[in-house]
Amino acid sequence: MAEFRLPANSKVGQGKHHKAEGGGDIRRYKVYRWNPDDAENPRVDTYEVDMSTCGPMVLDALIKIKNEIDPTLTFRRSCREGVCGSCAMNIDGTNTLACTRANDEVEGDVAIYPLPHLPVIKDLVPDLTTFYAQYASIEPWLKSTSPAPPDSERLQSEEDRQKLDGLYECILCACCSTSCPSYWWNGDRYLGPAALLQSYRWLIDSRDDSTGERLDDLEDPFRLYRCHTIMNCAKACPKSLNPAKAIAEVKKMMVQRRV
Amino acid sequence: MTEAYPIIEHTYDVVVVGAGGSGLRATMGMSQAGLKTACISKVFPTRSHTVAAQGGIAAALGNMGEDDWRWHMYDTVKGADWLGDQDAIEYMCREAPRAVLELEHMGLPFSRTEEGKIYQRAFGGMTTRYGEGTAQRTCAAADRTGHAILHTLYQQSLRYDTDFFIEYFALDLIIEDGACRGVMAWNLEDGTIHLFRAHMVVLATGGYGRSYFSCTSAHTCTGDGNAMVMRAGLPLQDMEFVQFHPTGIYGAGVLITEGVRGEGGFLTNSEGERFMERYAPSAKDLASRDVVSRSMTIEIREGRGVGRDKDHILLHLDHLDPKVIEQRLPGISESARIFAGVDVTREPIPVLPTVHYNMGGIATNYWGEVVTLHEGNPDTVVPGLMALGEAACVSVHGANRLGSNSLIDLVVFGRAAAIRAAEIVKPGESHKDLPSDVADQCLGHFDRMRHANGGTPTARIRDQMQRAMQNNCAVFRTGEVLDEGMELINGVWQQMADIKVTDRSLVWNSDLVESLELDNLMRQAVVTMAAAGNRQESRGAHAREDFSTRDDEEWMKHTLTWMDDDGSVAIDYRPVHTYTLTNDVQYFPPQARVY
Repeated sequence: MAEFRLPANSKVGQGKHHKAEGGGDIRRYKVYRWNPDDAENPRVDTYEVDMSTCGPMVLDALIKIKNEIDPTLTFRRSCREGVCGSCAMNIDGTNTLACTRANDEVEGDVAIYPLPHLPVIKDLVPDLTTFYAQYASIEPWLKSTSPAPPDSERLQSEEDRQKLDGLYECILCACCSTSCPSYWWNGDRYLGPAALLQSYRWLIDSRDDSTGERLDDLEDPFRLYRCHTIMNCAKACPKSLNPAKAIAEVKKMMVQRRV
Repeated sequence: MTEAYPIIEHTYDVVVVGAGGSGLRATMGMSQAGLKTACISKVFPTRSHTVAAQGGIAAALGNMGEDDWRWHMYDTVKGADWLGDQDAIEYMCREAPRAVLELEHMGLPFSRTEEGKIYQRAFGGMTTRYGEGTAQRTCAAADRTGHAILHTLYQQSLRYDTDFFIEYFALDLIIEDGACRGVMAWNLEDGTIHLFRAHMVVLATGGYGRSYFSCTSAHTCTGDGNAMVMRAGLPLQDMEFVQFHPTGIYGAGVLITEGVRGEGGFLTNSEGERFMERYAPSAKDLASRDVVSRSMTIEIREGRGVGRDKDHILLHLDHLDPKVIEQRLPGISESARIFAGVDVTREPIPVLPTVHYNMGGIATNYWGEVVTLHEGNPDTVVPGLMALGEAACVSVHGANRLGSNSLIDLVVFGRAAAIRAAEIVKPGESHKDLPSDVADQCLGHFDRMRHANGGTPTARIRDQMQRAMQNNCAVFRTGEVLDEGMELINGVWQQMADIKVTDRSLVWNSDLVESLELDNLMRQAVVTMAAAGNRQESRGAHAREDFSTRDDEEWMKHTLTWMDDDGSVAIDYRPVHTYTLTNDVQYFPPQARVY
């Protein structure tokens, strides 16, 4: 039986409203909160932030809230420059990195939720265990049948190296996979755009010899073929990569090897 | 105490704390050697700060012109302003090519030359023939080399039988009779406390850039391992040497690689002058980082800074071929657009010297074994403890690190530590029993912090610390400013008694994490300021206006600093290793350092 209502303990309630003291250039941040320690439902807290003393990015606002208003607000962050992938979250309805999304890019109140369709550990911290396991499952390392030359690199032409551009830059933030409706439905069996992008990165690497095996592993109704070119992944990627295109290339390789 | 926190015990041959470049390389080598290895990290491995390294990794491969590891060694010695240990520097430079090729063989996507070899670019202080020409020695994957290295090493780690404990926050070392026997950690995901027993604990916990207000370092760069070592009663070495990277984006502090200048970029002042020609006639914009940062600071001080407040400098790459920018510098083009609103093909980037790297850290030999001064022996090995990467002070970087020498440091010494551990530790060797109160002190500290209910929130104390370090322990230093800094930082240390932690939970309590990190940062800030006040000379990144020259007679020695919980600092010294490892190269005696 399909369930049409959220389970009672999943309903998101209205939380606290932290009003700003004094006037100034006030902006409202509506942030998803859930604490595993109490039996309460998730809620959305509202924080009024004085933008005249806030940095330009959404992460700056979150840190300002944590520093000055509510130290219990919990989120991951590290590099603050868009390369580590820690602060991936859903901002204004879009999966992105809080550190590279400017406050100015959002109109009106800023709604912040954890990445969708993942178990939540606390507040904006999702459980990425499955996501990482899927990445590991594509065996993301060089497999070569010929031994590496002892005193030099494996040669690779500039053209062959260029084929890796747009693929190797992935930061495993999970913005793409968790924006994909197909991944929402079949996240346990469909590998999702991030893992498949990485899969293609190794399939196309001129130094890798295990193309056949790698394709065999993807030959499955779920792992690869649940991609329905919805393209949310490409739209969401904060590094402007295009997982959907990589997946299409993998599908092409599948067809090509049959003829 | 131990009743309140049930402890989950684990037994390993080796435990590595930290999963950046050096931690992952060591983990891999130790697993390969058949040691039962665990790796603990407070962030998922690919979030470690190695990911942010841009320009490249130094190794004398000679792919783009003649090169020799001895020239690399000379450059490193000179860059270090003769405070580096030359046996360790020899080891690093000699092993560098092999370490880079190993990364390539793992599948690292290096940029390529026309012949299909690893692409190498020019970098600050890297020369040929002992200073004569410019070397192209820095192996690059565009300007995302750290990302490529970290991801490659993580990918390799998936092939081996290693237990990763991810989002575990390391609390303290277990030390018994002067030997390290394990490490305590807190699992953020479920709030449990863990005791990892090991015959060897490897600290690969990175630097402590976040003790400053403006740094290129990630929020997580809090030097947790350094602080654990200090709490264990061991010293840190050369903490006064803090590198300011010449080109952090003005305001945001985000890094712009030296590779920009390696590819032909240059700095200008408000008069449009390429002022580095005056300060470093030969190397110009590719002088080493301390030299460039000082030159920029002087330009700004003398009124030739740019912008409304004349408080920064411009970095030009708008004259470069857009194709070169697209191929070789795509990452910083993106950073400049996002954080400075600049299109680098048309406009210069506003930049400012920004805290970037800690040359100081845990003293080790070139095998990564932690050493201390004990009963007159400056090379006494602390059994069961190793340190690597930015946390360590081997010392290969001495008073100033050359760009692209940090990434090579990670993999060379990560590998060396694994080789050494395989010699010392027998797989599966049994563990002696630990005293029953072994975790009490650690958990006491943890519990006090968790329930701290003073009047000053963590963020406010942190802000005061960061401002004191930024204002009083900067590019240029004087005795007066450092004395004031010492007073300020001691005042902030006393404030720690009044810290207020709001979140009392155990699951993902990031308020408590930040508070424990602040305690860690504070200890390092205190000894950094003390060591800076103590060293009455100018050497590398430590530039004293009241002692403006290098004094080899008195000061060619490593500073050791110990700190007590009451904030008092003790200082002693270790001699610099003025010898090489083999006869393949001769000791480079001190010279005047001119670029």
